[in-house]
Amino acid sequence: MTGELTQGRIVIVGASLAGLRAAETLRAEGFGGELTLVGDEPHPPYDRPPLSKQVLLGRVAAADAGLPARRPVDAHWKLGVRASGVDPVTKEVLLADGGRLPYDRLLIATGTRARPWPNPEEARLDGVLTVRTMEDAAGLAERLDAGPRRVLVIGAGFTGSEIASACRERGLAVTVAERGPAPLVGALGGTLGAFAARLQRAHGVHLRCGVTVTSLLGSGGRLTGAEFSDGTRIEADVAVVALGAVRNTEWLADSGLAAGPRGLACDAGCRAFTMYGIVTDDVFVAGDVARFPHPLFEYQMLSLEHWGNAVEQAEVAAHNMVSPGPRRRPHLAVPAFWSSQFGLNIKSVGVPTFSDQVTIAQGSVEEGRLVVVYGYRGRVTAAVSVNRAKWLEHYRRLIETAAPFPPAPGAADRPEAPRVVPSDVPDPKVLSHGPTVALTGHLPDRRLAVVRPAG
Amino acid sequence: MSTETLLERINDYAHRADPYPLYAELREHGVARQNDGSFLVGTYHEVAALLHDPRISSDVRHRTDPDEVRARSDGLPPSFIAVDDPEHDRLRRLAMRPFGPPHSPGRIDALHGALVGIAGELIDGFRGRDRIDLVDDFAYPLPVTVICRLLGVPREDMPALRAWTDTVIASLDRSPGEETWERQQAGTAARTEMAEYLGELADRRRADPADDMISALVHDAGPEGPLARWELMTTLTLLMIAGHETTVNLITNGMLTLLRQPDALERLRREPELMPSAVEELLRYEPPVQMLPQRTPLTDIEVGGVTVPRGAPLYLMLASANRDPLRFEDPDRFDPARRDNEHFGFGSGVHSCFGAPLARLEAQVALAALLRRLEGPRLVADPPPYRHSPILRGPRHLLIDCTTKDDGAPGES
Ligand SMILES: Cc1cc2nc3c(=O)[nH]c(=O)nc-3n(C[C@H](O)[C@H](O)[C@H](O)COP(=O)(O)OP(=O)(O)OC[C@H]3O[C@@H](n4cnc5c(N)ncnc54)[C@H](O)[C@@H]3O)c2cc1C
Ligand code: HEM
Repeated sequence: MTGELTQGRIVIVGASLAGLRAAETLRAEGFGGELTLVGDEPHPPYDRPPLSKQVLLGRVAAADAGLPARRPVDAHWKLGVRASGVDPVTKEVLLADGGRLPYDRLLIATGTRARPWPNPEEARLDGVLTVRTMEDAAGLAERLDAGPRRVLVIGAGFTGSEIASACRERGLAVTVAERGPAPLVGALGGTLGAFAARLQRAHGVHLRCGVTVTSLLGSGGRLTGAEFSDGTRIEADVAVVALGAVRNTEWLADSGLAAGPRGLACDAGCRAFTMYGIVTDDVFVAGDVARFPHPLFEYQMLSLEHWGNAVEQAEVAAHNMVSPGPRRRPHLAVPAFWSSQFGLNIKSVGVPTFSDQVTIAQGSVEEGRLVVVYGYRGRVTAAVSVNRAKWLEHYRRLIETAAPFPPAPGAADRPEAPRVVPSDVPDPKVLSHGPTVALTGHLPDRRLAVVRPAG
Repeated sequence: MSTETLLERINDYAHRADPYPLYAELREHGVARQNDGSFLVGTYHEVAALLHDPRISSDVRHRTDPDEVRARSDGLPPSFIAVDDPEHDRLRRLAMRPFGPPHSPGRIDALHGALVGIAGELIDGFRGRDRIDLVDDFAYPLPVTVICRLLGVPREDMPALRAWTDTVIASLDRSPGEETWERQQAGTAARTEMAEYLGELADRRRADPADDMISALVHDAGPEGPLARWELMTTLTLLMIAGHETTVNLITNGMLTLLRQPDALERLRREPELMPSAVEELLRYEPPVQMLPQRTPLTDIEVGGVTVPRGAPLYLMLASANRDPLRFEDPDRFDPARRDNEHFGFGSGVHSCFGAPLARLEAQVALAALLRRLEGPRLVADPPPYRHSPILRGPRHLLIDCTTKDDGAPGES
């Protein structure tokens, strides 16, 4: 190994999941130089998934969601400090407090933030919240403790649905407003969307799909209710805005890097691109802020908001930061995600939105336990399980090997040939009909993408 | 070149002490069809794929061979280890309620003190002796006492359960022999008697609950309702047998391995915090369950370029997969600090070992106590005499010469 790569100065901007795991990996792989982590939150790294689950049920205090360290990282921690820019020429990170941090290699892991309610005045009403940080979750938990008469959740993606679930578990009245035809439909398509809608209603959620909230109503600075696009109104003391995430890339506007609303683009080795599409060799990206090409999904640039992706990508980025070219690894992990809501464990592998058809390969909607498999142009691209997570390993393999869709029938718990229906997700980007790519090798350093000619 | 098939040679008692060269041969051959129409798979990635494949059944009633189907069709219905989803899933979930998370997260941890106490008492019994049989004096009574305490089986009934269990285990052995049929009949009878005993015990607990798992099973049913009586009987029988026989071999194989590798033994004495990873390594290196002989494809499937037809007996050779050089670095080396150790000691997938948290704790406590208190332990015979079974493989006896220290460890009584 070349000595200089394990020495020098590394700066990581973003001190959360990806930042921490990268720091640990750098040390584990022998980086002996100076390591600095910059994070604008005042806390040491903590874990976000519990914020919309256990924290809202009062099982874990928001302040106890800290991420356990895997190993000492021996770093300078600049917490509560925002990075305001990067000077790629002098190789410095500019800090909002006026400081400058020189680096030899830089890792950008600034993640995302909650998309705010578009009307700033309404967003300032007391009782209107988002959930992304520890403070957010503590604030919401406190409001739920106070026993609001009704909670309005705007947006029925994963976070919104989990929050609605926590409210119902606490016996609170909750209205969920979703512009789309069903909860989770944007992420999981029509079959599971319909399932989720029935599930929410069965748990007493007042679910309103196909409408938008046009305004939040207030009186004396406090939220009192909301008006919908169909003219109806409800009363509510709390409104949780769960409209998805915004990538924290604005601070990179003058950096010359390929940063925009969809993230900071990088290559398969986590190296950032400049705005001209030229790959850098000293700026790396990982976690929710990254956009990266994935061979299994026809090299589309994926932006994922997945805990597991943040960890794996951080590990690959850190490895590549201290490894010479031939020893670098691609980030080829198959995306995976989980959610728990309404007593169910939902898990996903692959990219469900990258699909044109789905089939229920195991179990059934009636049992409330099932595996839905997604296909795109005749090959398996994703699978989602409801209370059946142990089977997903099998489908991960099918995705990795670009196995034909629909998968061969014969599962013990789904003996008849499965019915294939349209996946009803927003169409994947228009693609040329290309060759199929599969992954081979099982060890991280032996993984390869192999291309099979079209036909 | 031997004319026997690989399976016959693996089953041959002569190879019991060291089957690993045969497994290496198996991995060379890839998926191997045997003369009797069964298939052996011994490479890691192929075993992994099959363990997770929903088209692979654990229910031998799906075999093409009518004799096999018949052999399993008399007596009680199969327990959840031998049926498929969704039935398996429901039964396993109901059994898990009183055993582990999410409903009973503390049950196993709560046993820690009792376990340390039982191990300590058994070792106290070695005092004044300079030779012990690790199997009969320690590795057998420990898990049996624990599983009986967990379930709530009275002490005085333990010998009867031991006898039934031995008979059932003997009947699992599919290696050809004169008494195969008799063994199976006896096994079926013993399993039924044991199940009836456990069913009656459950009836008593229904009327008069105690602080044990059987009481919890009959009283805290959960939203899906309780297990039917016969389901309760087969489930308890499964827990009893599975909780009995495997841990014995893990503890015994563990001591045997450490006595063969004095460096590792010394290291564990110096760094007792390595024990959890050493136990994982033992589960890889000398797994008590060497193979899963009960799998059957429900449809023709392709594995490693070979088509295994529907209904054919499929043997997943866990111990072989655990030594696959394509998966593990230096696989024949015992490395108590090994990382990246996703072994198949507990299987994998939906049937992966239900009792794994308990088994891990038992082995960790047992081996730690032995290392702390046995002075100058030496093997009397190497290899030791083995049990007959090639499936649940382990020494029948393990004689060790040693002296026994009093337990000076603080807070461990
Ligand atoms: C409520 C909630 C529930 C979730 N549940 C799940 C789940 O169930 N399953 C799952 O797979 N994933 C879940 N996720 C997603 C998961 O938490 C994220 O994928 C993960 O946090 C991404 O980690 P990251 O380090 O890339 O980004 P982040 O965690 O977003 O961290 C980025 C950090 O950088 C800081 N930062 C931003 N800009 C700057 C700057 N200019 N200067 C300094 N610091 C800056 C941010 O304040 C933040 O601390 C959930 C997320 C939320 C919010
Ligand atoms: C070292 C000790 C142990 C080992 C090596 C071991 C190994 C295994 C293996 C390999 C399987 C998978 C079987 C298959 O896939 O067909 C299994 C299943 C099982 N084990 Fe264990 N086991 C051990 C201890 C225990 C204990 C202590 C218990 C009980 C408390 C237990 C209960 C079970 C049960 C109930 C199953 C069936 C699970 C299912 O089908 O879902 N085991 N075990």
